[in-house]
Amino acid sequence: MTSTLDPATTRTPLMGQGINRLDAIAKVTGEARYSGEYPLDGMIYGWVVQAPIAKGRIRDISPASTLSMPGVLAVLDYRNAPRLSDAGDSELLLLQGDRVYYRGEAVAVVLAQSLEQARAGADALDVSYLAESHDVLLRADHPDMYTPELVNPNFPSASNVGDVDAALAAAEVVIDRVYATPAEHNNPMEPHATTAHWNGDTLLVFDSNQGASSVQMSLCRLFDLPRSAVQVKSEYVGGGFGAKGSARPPVVLASMAARLLGRPVRVTLTRQQMFAMVGYRTPTIQQVRLGSDWSGRLQALDHLAYSQTSKILEFAEQTAVVSRMMYATPNLRTAHRLLPLDVPTPRWMRAPGEAPGSFALESAMDELAQACNVDPIELRIRNEPDLEPDSGRPFSSRNLVACLREGARRFGWDDRDPRPAIRQDGRWRIGSGMASSTYPARNAPSTCQVQARSDGTFEVRITASDIGTGARTALTQIAADALRVELDRVELRIGDSDFGPAMIAGGSMGTASWSWAVVKACRDLLGQLDMHSGAVPAGGLLARADTKDDVAAQADVTRHAFGAQFLEVAVDIRTGEVRVPRMIGVFAAGHIVNARTARSQLIGGMIMGLGMALLEESLMDLRFGDYLNHDLAGYHVASNADVRSIEVSWIDEQDDQTNPSGIKGIGEIGIVGTAAAIANAVWHATGRRQRTLPIRPDRVIS
Amino acid sequence: MREFGYQQVSDVETAVATLATSADARYLGGGTNLVDLMKLGVETPELLIDVTTLPLTDISETADGGVLIGAAVRNSDLAANPVIRQRYPAVAQAVLAGASGQLRNLATTGGNLMQRTRCSYFTDVTKPCNKRAPGSGCPARDGEHHNLAILGASEHCIATSPSDLAVALVALDAVVHVREGDSARAVPLTEFRRLPGDRPDLETTVEPGALITGVSLPGLPIAAASRYRKVRERASYAFAIGSIAAAVEVSGGLVTDCRIAWGAVAAVPWRATRAEAMLRGKPVAIESFAAAADAELTAAEPLEGNAYKVALIRNVTVELLAELTGASR
Repeated sequence: MTSTLDPATTRTPLMGQGINRLDAIAKVTGEARYSGEYPLDGMIYGWVVQAPIAKGRIRDISPASTLSMPGVLAVLDYRNAPRLSDAGDSELLLLQGDRVYYRGEAVAVVLAQSLEQARAGADALDVSYLAESHDVLLRADHPDMYTPELVNPNFPSASNVGDVDAALAAAEVVIDRVYATPAEHNNPMEPHATTAHWNGDTLLVFDSNQGASSVQMSLCRLFDLPRSAVQVKSEYVGGGFGAKGSARPPVVLASMAARLLGRPVRVTLTRQQMFAMVGYRTPTIQQVRLGSDWSGRLQALDHLAYSQTSKILEFAEQTAVVSRMMYATPNLRTAHRLLPLDVPTPRWMRAPGEAPGSFALESAMDELAQACNVDPIELRIRNEPDLEPDSGRPFSSRNLVACLREGARRFGWDDRDPRPAIRQDGRWRIGSGMASSTYPARNAPSTCQVQARSDGTFEVRITASDIGTGARTALTQIAADALRVELDRVELRIGDSDFGPAMIAGGSMGTASWSWAVVKACRDLLGQLDMHSGAVPAGGLLARADTKDDVAAQADVTRHAFGAQFLEVAVDIRTGEVRVPRMIGVFAAGHIVNARTARSQLIGGMIMGLGMALLEESLMDLRFGDYLNHDLAGYHVASNADVRSIEVSWIDEQDDQTNPSGIKGIGEIGIVGTAAAIANAVWHATGRRQRTLPIRPDRVIS
Repeated sequence: MREFGYQQVSDVETAVATLATSADARYLGGGTNLVDLMKLGVETPELLIDVTTLPLTDISETADGGVLIGAAVRNSDLAANPVIRQRYPAVAQAVLAGASGQLRNLATTGGNLMQRTRCSYFTDVTKPCNKRAPGSGCPARDGEHHNLAILGASEHCIATSPSDLAVALVALDAVVHVREGDSARAVPLTEFRRLPGDRPDLETTVEPGALITGVSLPGLPIAAASRYRKVRERASYAFAIGSIAAAVEVSGGLVTDCRIAWGAVAAVPWRATRAEAMLRGKPVAIESFAAAADAELTAAEPLEGNAYKVALIRNVTVELLAELTGASR
């Protein structure tokens, strides 16, 4: 038998190469199957009926007329729904009572032979309500505003170093501003969808999510089932941005309905339904106070953030946490206040905390640069910390300054005239702006199995999730490198909870966390192969890895990726139009696994940041308690024409303290800082600060 | 989905007669608006009569030097037509400023004029709307109205018409040809759509069941230098928050003739007749253009959330007129 392994000398590492997505052909040909596409025998379609009130009770549900409609089999509501146990997310305790906690909450599911029949039945369902007065407006002076104990995911709510008030009082320059960001909805291309099937007391679901293990755990707890009785499959997922980071209503409703009927049930959401049922980014109000000397050296940084949660579940966004690690200052205070409202619970949306928080911090830094007459890049370099300002811990690596310098070089920043409102090109006023980017580089425990097969190939099984990021391709590269074989000898299988617990695709931790387990299992397998002199025995060889202990044993350092964004804007102050002709992002994020998919991730983040700056805004009607612009005609994301020249690059960064592959996540850092860079550039173009997002025409026009 | 009938017809007479047989039928053009509204439950017709198969797909030159555009001419074909591009460039520009290539391939000329408002209360059947459910109220006035009307609105409705094409057409004296029962009628586009008043559910002045068969543009030398300018929140694929179609004729430094129409400001494509009257005979100068816009905007009744549109439409009017005349600012 010949050796399974290639001699190490004959292969070039795949790490860093721009390998084409391994699933590209399957996706563009439609062969890749998404959760709402699995045809199961005897499948029934469910249509969700939503509450048209923001607060109150269901007075009555009269299903008779719906049940008499063609194809309708049943109406699932709180009176016949299976009882659920608390899985730590009270928003998932659906159809368990007559209370309505937010407008758009699921109050029933109509089950029918076809999707159309289910929808018709839902339209006809007679539900009456006892509405109560509701409260849906975030305002900083609301009497119910409170301080949460922790903010997402588990940071202390408040931090305090030194004496901020005294330092501000003594500072030569003080910037004291209020910034506001609106509610935003994630809007992944593929709406949430679940196909659920019970076989006796075991449950199989095909579900669109960012982590099959996490959804499996939620279902186990909701339905009081052991892990072995629940399988979640999510082989292909059409985007998430955080909205699919945990179990969402469709998987719970489909599972309940399938249990009720004893038949497979599919529940898919419409775009409109997603605006109430799957989460969104909280609106924020933020006060940032900076105190410095005339040279711009910070003496104090104070960041206070207000955000909202629902009345049934606390979600406290970590808006001000970014200010704890960004700039050196002897006096540093951050705090969060939270207001429970009669609204759906806000959730994760790409870079929760950092995205809105950096808008305030990086805008305030620009205002400080202006006040001190210091170049914005130089201001940041002067305030570059040696240790994490809040904790005093060392950084595993920190290359913000290198990103600032490289970005400035690529952009041509040195030629910039800092004076605002002096450049005109036809009807456009031209300006440029910049901001720093950052995002934590964390790892979470994951498990993985790698099997050496007797034909010389390897099968890697891990409950990873590729939500369009390219994780499937990146992990295959990592496995091939670890096994020292070519790509085509590795078969990577993901998106199946049967493969064991693993981190979700979230917090920019997916590929980093999974890679660790993959590498560990591959190394174990190589050890086993060595013992067999490189030959795979007839039955194959299997290695399992769990990184729980490895992650727990990590050194107490702080880990972050950094970046810098530079861009140019054109503003027509007569019409309020803002366009962004040129964007440049430079990032330092450890080893980049796949140059092609990494580029897509980073420019995708920056484009989403452009949308955040100029377009994205969920409009709440206070009387109805409802987000009004609940479709893609009303809720604008950046379109192709909004994105002109966009360029990303990264600097070589070696960080041995992240994980064995030296990876820092890149899913979110691209959106961090973009909105501030645009707002800063709009000031440079027009001389007017934009402290409220989005920078709409009515806020620009003069 | 509710069940509904679908019928293709091959001549105008049959189309109109077929519609008359049903209590609740609609003509179906490209379906780019109607089908969406059916999915939302805003429109609930029992019968769709497909008028895209009617022999109304030509753009032909007329005896007076103008053109007749068949009602079933697709937006893409209209925008690409050489005669339209040469003699009525604002029309082609307006079409291309709207929607996406895919939608323009489907959408028809007649259907474009019949587009319903994009007001978010109108498109949500769980909320009141006087246009959709007469008498139920208008939440937009005290609610979200940043892209609703500043001109010609009423206490009952502040909807805007979203059409780009109609703005260019109304500026260039377009006439809508309709079939009402057994008779054909020509209605100037300025009179075709109606302001909401106390009946926002009524959107046109023609009889219920009337079918648009075509739109004609007169021979109009001034139109050859017409232009359309659209302001929107994102760079493409968004409805206007303000738009203008205009053409100006200049002689000896004076404006001798002009056409001006605005979009996204009213329930109708707004022909700015007061501005035109103010401008005729005036010197080519920024001050003249501003005075003309102001004359029209004296009738504006903006609300808190759409007050910016007054400045926007004034500014874009001055800008386009300056562009068309070469006046320096």
